[in-house]
Amino acid sequence: MGATSLARAALACAAFAILFPPWYGLEGGLAGWPGGDAAPLAVLVAQGRSWWLWPIPLALPAAAPALTGRGTNGRLLIACGAGALAWAFLQGFAIGTPGQAWGIAETLAGVGVSQPAFGWGAALLIAGAVGLVAAGFAAQGAFGGDGFISALVLGSAALLVAFVFAPLLTILSAAAVEAGQISPGAMLARLGAREAWSLACVRGSLGCGVVWNTLALAVLTGILSTLLGLAFALLSARGAVRGGRAFRALAILPLITPPFVVSLSLIVLFGRTGVVTQFLSSVFDIPRSRWIYGLPGVLLAQLLAFTPIAFMLLEGAVRQIAPSLEEAAATMGARRFTVFQTVTWPLLRPSLAAVFLLGFVESLSDFGNPLVLGGDFDVVATRIFFAIAGARHDPGRAAALALLLFGLTLGAFALQTAWLGRRRYVTLTGKGDSGVAAPLPRGLAIACGAVAYPWLTFTAVVYAIIMLGAFVHDIGRGDMTFTWRHYITAFAVEWQNGPAFTGAAWDSLFSTVEVAAISAPLTASLGILLAWLFARQTFPGRRTLEFMAMLSFAIPGTVVGVSYILAFNVPPVELTGTSLVLVICFVFRNLPVGMRAGIAALAQIDRSLDEASATMGATAVSTLRRVILPLLRPAIVAALAYAFVQAMTAVSAVIFLVSARHNLATVYIVGRVEAGEITLAIAYCSVLIVIMLAVVLGIDRAVGSVRIGRRAEVEAMRPAPLPMAA
Amino acid sequence: MAEAAIRFDSVTKTFGAVRAVDSVSFDLPRGALVTLLGPSGCGKTTTLRLIAGLELADSGYIEIEGSDVTRLAAAERRIAMVFQCYALFPHMTVLENVAYGLAVNGARRAAAEAEARAMLASLGLEGYEARLPAELSGGQQQRVAVARALVLRPKVLLFDEPLSNLDARLRRRVREDIRDLQRRLGLSIVYVTHDQQEALAVSDLVVVMREGRIAQMGTPTELYEEPADAFVADFMGEANVLAGEILFAEGGKARLVVAGVEVETAMRLAARGAVKLAVRPEAVTLAENGSGIPGRVARAAFLGKIREYEVETEAGTLFVTSPAAAPAYPAGAAVVCRLERVIPLKA
Repeated sequence: MGATSLARAALACAAFAILFPPWYGLEGGLAGWPGGDAAPLAVLVAQGRSWWLWPIPLALPAAAPALTGRGTNGRLLIACGAGALAWAFLQGFAIGTPGQAWGIAETLAGVGVSQPAFGWGAALLIAGAVGLVAAGFAAQGAFGGDGFISALVLGSAALLVAFVFAPLLTILSAAAVEAGQISPGAMLARLGAREAWSLACVRGSLGCGVVWNTLALAVLTGILSTLLGLAFALLSARGAVRGGRAFRALAILPLITPPFVVSLSLIVLFGRTGVVTQFLSSVFDIPRSRWIYGLPGVLLAQLLAFTPIAFMLLEGAVRQIAPSLEEAAATMGARRFTVFQTVTWPLLRPSLAAVFLLGFVESLSDFGNPLVLGGDFDVVATRIFFAIAGARHDPGRAAALALLLFGLTLGAFALQTAWLGRRRYVTLTGKGDSGVAAPLPRGLAIACGAVAYPWLTFTAVVYAIIMLGAFVHDIGRGDMTFTWRHYITAFAVEWQNGPAFTGAAWDSLFSTVEVAAISAPLTASLGILLAWLFARQTFPGRRTLEFMAMLSFAIPGTVVGVSYILAFNVPPVELTGTSLVLVICFVFRNLPVGMRAGIAALAQIDRSLDEASATMGATAVSTLRRVILPLLRPAIVAALAYAFVQAMTAVSAVIFLVSARHNLATVYIVGRVEAGEITLAIAYCSVLIVIMLAVVLGIDRAVGSVRIGRRAEVEAMRPAPLPMAA
Repeated sequence: MAEAAIRFDSVTKTFGAVRAVDSVSFDLPRGALVTLLGPSGCGKTTTLRLIAGLELADSGYIEIEGSDVTRLAAAERRIAMVFQCYALFPHMTVLENVAYGLAVNGARRAAAEAEARAMLASLGLEGYEARLPAELSGGQQQRVAVARALVLRPKVLLFDEPLSNLDARLRRRVREDIRDLQRRLGLSIVYVTHDQQEALAVSDLVVVMREGRIAQMGTPTELYEEPADAFVADFMGEANVLAGEILFAEGGKARLVVAGVEVETAMRLAARGAVKLAVRPEAVTLAENGSGIPGRVARAAFLGKIREYEVETEAGTLFVTSPAAAPAYPAGAAVVCRLERVIPLKA
């Protein structure tokens, strides 16, 4: 697409935005259009109501010379587009809700002037303005004169700034605001607060600061999940063990279950009235206690959830060690244990470090498990939640805590990058050489087995409880009579001139599926396009853009949630309470996963295919469409399935963003757990699992694999890399 | 005088600190098969990519059939390239692959497919249209790649080491096919290889490159019989490089002093004085006695058609090949090396 056609499209979009859709976003929808509240910009200006908007329509005729297509003036386009953008935001921030207008605006427009937030008209105009700027740059020769690439780069930069950076900055400023004034002192005080950093638990019996709690939990989870995963991986890859399929099947489960499912199961097993507790109490007279609520319980839950992922990554790493290396050591006289110690272990160390860091970060961002099982043991994520949603509502404190959490995850990622460099992808299909891997040293095999098998059984039991608990009367109290009661309460459907969804859970289920179904394709397409942009195109600012896109990976869900409520609660961008904010939140949270899948897949497509296409006269877009995308189908499937599953199971970001009208399944479930209706929560979870399995398998079948030969089919559903905790 | 197919004028391309192509200039004639030859890292592949437009020159001027293409991207030049790995699109059938260039440039599907079919037939691939690339043999894949390139009627056809993925037996046949095709259609071809035998066999013109520069440019015969320096001499076919002194040279014969021995040999005209000489292995005859440089056989090997010898002499170790019919000398035998023909080197 050339610069001129892009310019024309952008102008058309902007013109449409000014003439038809409502400028403001209001509850009433299209009532009264084209007059009344739903008026488009043209009507607003003509009727003199929001007269301060008049510069915007002027941008269009100013840029019109571009339509003639003769010597497109890049500078003019950039100026018009940037001007329209700047004015739109300036006036939006200057004049907001009543009482929030800037002084200068009140002087000019009168005291008490106000306007609602941006609506579709404004959004489309902003899109058109960005398109104009992109066309201008392309006309100037940037991005190789390619309008498509220019639009993609600038568009994604704008989106990332708007939905990743601006909210972050809002947190920063919120942390520094005290009683309406910016005060750095206040921010420092909050960051260093006693509640975060106190070491009281070391000396006395009071709790420690949340930061220490969080770090302790994260380190423990990291170390233990890595060791457990290693035990499984060694057995599966090197031990002559037939449990490989069972391991892998169990490994998929945590990826498609809501994160606190494990916590629920643990409560049912080990809670005060839990199955095991009752058993131990009646048979062995061990007193019942609430030991599960606190660090032990949360740690156990996180281990159950993260070990399978550690296993998958480490198994890949173990398989990647060329057997010929170990064979060479053996021919030089080293016995099995020495070979393991001197060859295998050192080669595994980088992967172990990577997996540790992964577990560490996942634990830092985990919200669901600490919420359900934490008891008195608070971590930063839950503390943030209570600072917003609890009795002591204090956005400043929440913002400061969010900054601390963000700092911790960023530090872990920086460590990972510095320590391990660029080698971050562990390919899960190890192409072994023709050698045969040496079996494990005997002692090691026994040790691994002693750890792995009981854990495997335990994990199986925990998940079995879920399915069991959904069908029995009250598993918590040992009442095992079969019943459909829970499903009926949640999902009752009655017939009243058509199906009436009277069950309690339908609203949140519909909302969730709707939001997930909308956000998954958006996430996947944006992720794959960006991956293509970074892997195949060079342009100034590429590294910066890549960094910005990956940055959202490092931001824990709670931080995202808080940043969105702080940033998008007031005009001009007022999104909280809508389903749009949920979609946006999911898209930008899960973007990095799609990008990574795309980048990894593109690395496997030889550049000579691009070059061959170029020598035959195809533009970059043509090559993308005809050659690259068809070969990327497996990556697209992985990205879609992943984005969908993540959207269905997210908790930490969205718990702040739901509203009465748009509730999500996970938040609803947490609500039921807080109210003590554990069995209902379990029933709902089981339904979610079934839905996700169905969708994931369906996507695989529909988009499926790429046929590149009679015997060669590239498969889509390989275990996906690096999921983010919800 | 017809325009050159390709003209390079002081073209330079740098990657970081490395000058891959260092101020290279040449004119390649139309309708000729030109080979860029040289060891790894000499800049021949970079030069090919500069012609294709896959790299843009840092400085200099590039012209294809009279038009300035220096700043044009690959998609805008009328060239076609056959890649070393063929780069056939794995998800498209043979027919779709060959029709790709036409489709991408706006031809209607029916017309594009008809032309593709005709091209495949002319290359002997009729009946393979519905296959996927992975279902073809190496030689067939290569013909599809060539068909895909030819169907666009490019001004210049580029080959990047086309024979390196084929087994030895197939190489001879395929290189003859390429040569026949070129002659039949009068194509301008630029061909990159590191195999000097291949270069000698098929080229009209050979450009030997070294460290980003042209070492020598000429017909295969010129390069073989009149190499400019020791590097070209040794690259175009093994050469023993000896120091010597020309006493007298006239009428295609010369008298030289090599290793203290006076010898008479065939040599082109050259000035008197000290000189470096290149002697081809097949231009040395071994005898039990007679005039020549005395030496001792260090190693002897029988290769079926020829025998290879390493002979230690005062002038250094000579690498000699003799036809199988000639008398054989075992290791350790004392022999006399008669120089039939020597090449004086300029540097």
